[in-house]
Amino acid sequence: MSATETHIGAPMKRKEDRALLLGQGTYVDNLTVAGQLTMAIVRSPYARARITSIDTAAARAADGVVAVFTGADLRDDWKSPLPCAWPVTEEMRSPEHFPLAIDEARYQGDGVAVVIAESRVLAKDAAELVEVSYEPLPAAVEVGASLEDGAPLVHTEFGTNECYVWKLATDDVDDVFARADVVVSHTYYQPRLIPNAIEPRAVLAQAGPGGDVTVHSATQVPHVLRFGLALVLGIDEARVRVIAPDVGGGFGSKLDVYAEEALAVALARRLRRPVKWTEERSEGYLATIHGRDFLTTYELAATSDGKILGCRADVKAAMGAYLQLVTPGIPLLGAWVYAGPYDIGAYSVTFTGVFTNTTPTDAYRGAGRPEATYVIERTMDRLALELGLDPVELRRRNFITEFPKQIASGLTIDSGDYVASLDKLLEMLDLEAIRADQAARRERNDTVQTGVGFSTYNEMCGLAPSRILGAIRYAAGGWESATIRFQPLGSVQVVTGTSPHGQGHETAWSQIVADQLGVDPAEIEVLHGDTAVSQHGLDTYGSRSLAVGGVALWHASQKVIEKARLIAAHQLEVAPEDLEFDGGEFHVKGAPQKTMAIKAAALAAWTAHNLPDGMEPGLEETAVYDPPNFSWPGGAHAAVVEVDTETGDTRLVRYVAVDDCGAVVNPLIVDGQIHGGVTQGIATALYEEGVYDDEGNLMTSNMTTYLVPSAAEVPSFELGRTETRSPTNPLGVKGVGETGTIAAAPAVVNAVLDALSHLGVTDIGMPTTPERVWRAIAEAGR
Amino acid sequence: MTATAVTVNGTRHELELEPRELLVFVLRDRLGLTGTNVGCDTSACGACTVLLDGESVKSCTVLGVQADGAEITTIEGLASDGELHPVQQAFHDHHALQCGYCTPGMVLAAVSLIDHGDATDEASVRIGLEGNLCRCTGYHNLVQAVLSAAGNAA
Repeated sequence: MSATETHIGAPMKRKEDRALLLGQGTYVDNLTVAGQLTMAIVRSPYARARITSIDTAAARAADGVVAVFTGADLRDDWKSPLPCAWPVTEEMRSPEHFPLAIDEARYQGDGVAVVIAESRVLAKDAAELVEVSYEPLPAAVEVGASLEDGAPLVHTEFGTNECYVWKLATDDVDDVFARADVVVSHTYYQPRLIPNAIEPRAVLAQAGPGGDVTVHSATQVPHVLRFGLALVLGIDEARVRVIAPDVGGGFGSKLDVYAEEALAVALARRLRRPVKWTEERSEGYLATIHGRDFLTTYELAATSDGKILGCRADVKAAMGAYLQLVTPGIPLLGAWVYAGPYDIGAYSVTFTGVFTNTTPTDAYRGAGRPEATYVIERTMDRLALELGLDPVELRRRNFITEFPKQIASGLTIDSGDYVASLDKLLEMLDLEAIRADQAARRERNDTVQTGVGFSTYNEMCGLAPSRILGAIRYAAGGWESATIRFQPLGSVQVVTGTSPHGQGHETAWSQIVADQLGVDPAEIEVLHGDTAVSQHGLDTYGSRSLAVGGVALWHASQKVIEKARLIAAHQLEVAPEDLEFDGGEFHVKGAPQKTMAIKAAALAAWTAHNLPDGMEPGLEETAVYDPPNFSWPGGAHAAVVEVDTETGDTRLVRYVAVDDCGAVVNPLIVDGQIHGGVTQGIATALYEEGVYDDEGNLMTSNMTTYLVPSAAEVPSFELGRTETRSPTNPLGVKGVGETGTIAAAPAVVNAVLDALSHLGVTDIGMPTTPERVWRAIAEAGR
Repeated sequence: MTATAVTVNGTRHELELEPRELLVFVLRDRLGLTGTNVGCDTSACGACTVLLDGESVKSCTVLGVQADGAEITTIEGLASDGELHPVQQAFHDHHALQCGYCTPGMVLAAVSLIDHGDATDEASVRIGLEGNLCRCTGYHNLVQAVLSAAGNAA
């Protein structure tokens, strides 16, 4: 038996679980250090207001208060504003964004002062005593209306709320639309979403006597944060250590350089004591980034027999009041996939970034790609209706079927099999029975109607080829780093630049390395999330960890094996090319009794008593992998709903998902990612909506008014899998963190519309709340 | 300050509490039992669920002084001699946790649900865990784990 490839693909239970199950998680808020102070932020209750005065005297005099600072007090602490790493055009308008507002608050929740006290409770008490005088101003709230003449300006110095306009198009788009048999066009609003990682954000900053800084943060991006804090505070990067201990979910919301992180460091340096801040949930609804808030007009041009010739998207994307780390780039992450898995020749996308007096938007699970998939898949159903074609048949007729495929947007899809995913989905679904049930309910005028909706999708993930990132003006690269180190006695340390927050990297990375080196996964320790240990990395987001970081592990493993091979060849007195490596051992070809275990080579490398001339001691190698292409998962999802036509209530009765995420390292983890991703997409379709009133007050300002679904709101899922290996990397992997969220929302909304189509309902906004459903039925009946 | 005596995971603690202190902060800040997490400020998420005299409660909805005389079990008190409690074991076996932050509360809510005989089928588990939010797992494996621990796996 070959001992290689025995762990990859196995449903190995997670190494991470035991500590978490015992309540021994190391989340930042669980950490308390000697002399620790707590900070509380005073936030603007207004969406837009001039700050006319701030009186901190009462707060300063309160019990346990060490200091109170306003934005003006701290202005000179900032050597640079909070960073936006993605100026998507040369002309993009980028406002200065400091951790505390100085003259004007620009969204509800914008920080205006900070109180530091001996305890959390005392800091909160004193924050109530800070007297801020505001002169409220009219606010720009809606993404569409904020572009109109006369709209209040978020940043008056720009004279407009337009942040940027970015376009990508083939030359033939207007022609294709002009001569197409059929054009369907529709405008969709995708509401704001509040990410709601169950662990709120938290940070603990400690300043050492020599000017060095250690920051524990609930972050997805310790390496990016180190870089960002060094810039903002003007500290040598080498003197900033960022540690992301156990992190309780992120979904993009912890992919940032936040005001509170910079404040904690600045205050720890000023006060020479550790400073901690833990977000309260309702505070986080204002202070942590939101997702979506896209207003999109999407059009498809087709022949009368259903061949799609062109697609055109015009997107107005809310930036919020400031640009966070990658705010302006979120639409661009979908820019190349507005044709979905379909072979469409003419292509056009136009993105307009729009400032609004709201919490900044940024990456939330899928980031740009759910926004694209939603409008494509909704419009596919509209086109099918227009053409009198079955929605499944229309999709099938237009799938890309040959790979690699250079798509009209310019990128190349390396592999996929969209037909296979759809076929498998239909096999699992029993569409005939659903249609029969639907017909029977319609026939008997049942108050509860059935609908089925589809979503066939692809995505680009595995962020990202550095050259492409450079070409689209992103400030950093997209590579990932891995180090593999044999210890003298044969155990293995893996250092990864990825930074998990629930994804199970310790387990999956062990599986990958175990197979390469022929060691037991239990002998492998995976180190991550500490910039002092993992010096180089670009962290975890955009379904990149496996497709970039996992592949870096593979390359580092090969380097380790090659060095060990030289040691073994030297000691066995054969040529390196005469050795085969299998199951953790080098064997001499044709003389299988002559062997040397890689662990023995590791010990030999450590003792260094008998190494080849000139070889450095130790068995440790680093690889940095820069992917030559994005990775391209795809699949087919279907939702079955029952809609009560009298109350408007929608019940999701089945959800069937077939995903192709390339080779699977750990099916338990992959299924878990899909379950969670699909649930967030379902929530987008049915439940979640961040709502501001006209004055910019967040109406859904806590977990009781914003519906994060519980177990009672979702069904069990029926998952299937097809597997098309990625030819781009040696593991054949693609990524799975976002697929569920990308696919799910349109499947569910299409199902709701399918349930109501016989009543004349052709459109409904997200989420499809009982009220929206009820109104849609009432309006259609008029 | 109010004199309060609570027994947590079998150990009796005599404390002087401010009347406004929530039980969850008594556990975390005064007793150092950080396994009980705080996920919200509206008693919506259930991350802070503990057992109080055997009943699952959100420890952010209980004042510390109200727990006077009570027996409390937190996640730290569930395993014995290094052996995971059957519900903890089922969570591990079914990959019912990802980031782990909701997990202590979810485990204790499940223990209570099972002890009450209310984890009989999928629907009862889903409704029984309604007060505990998880953002990672989509609940699928969680429900399987609870049914399995209850001996009611399909």
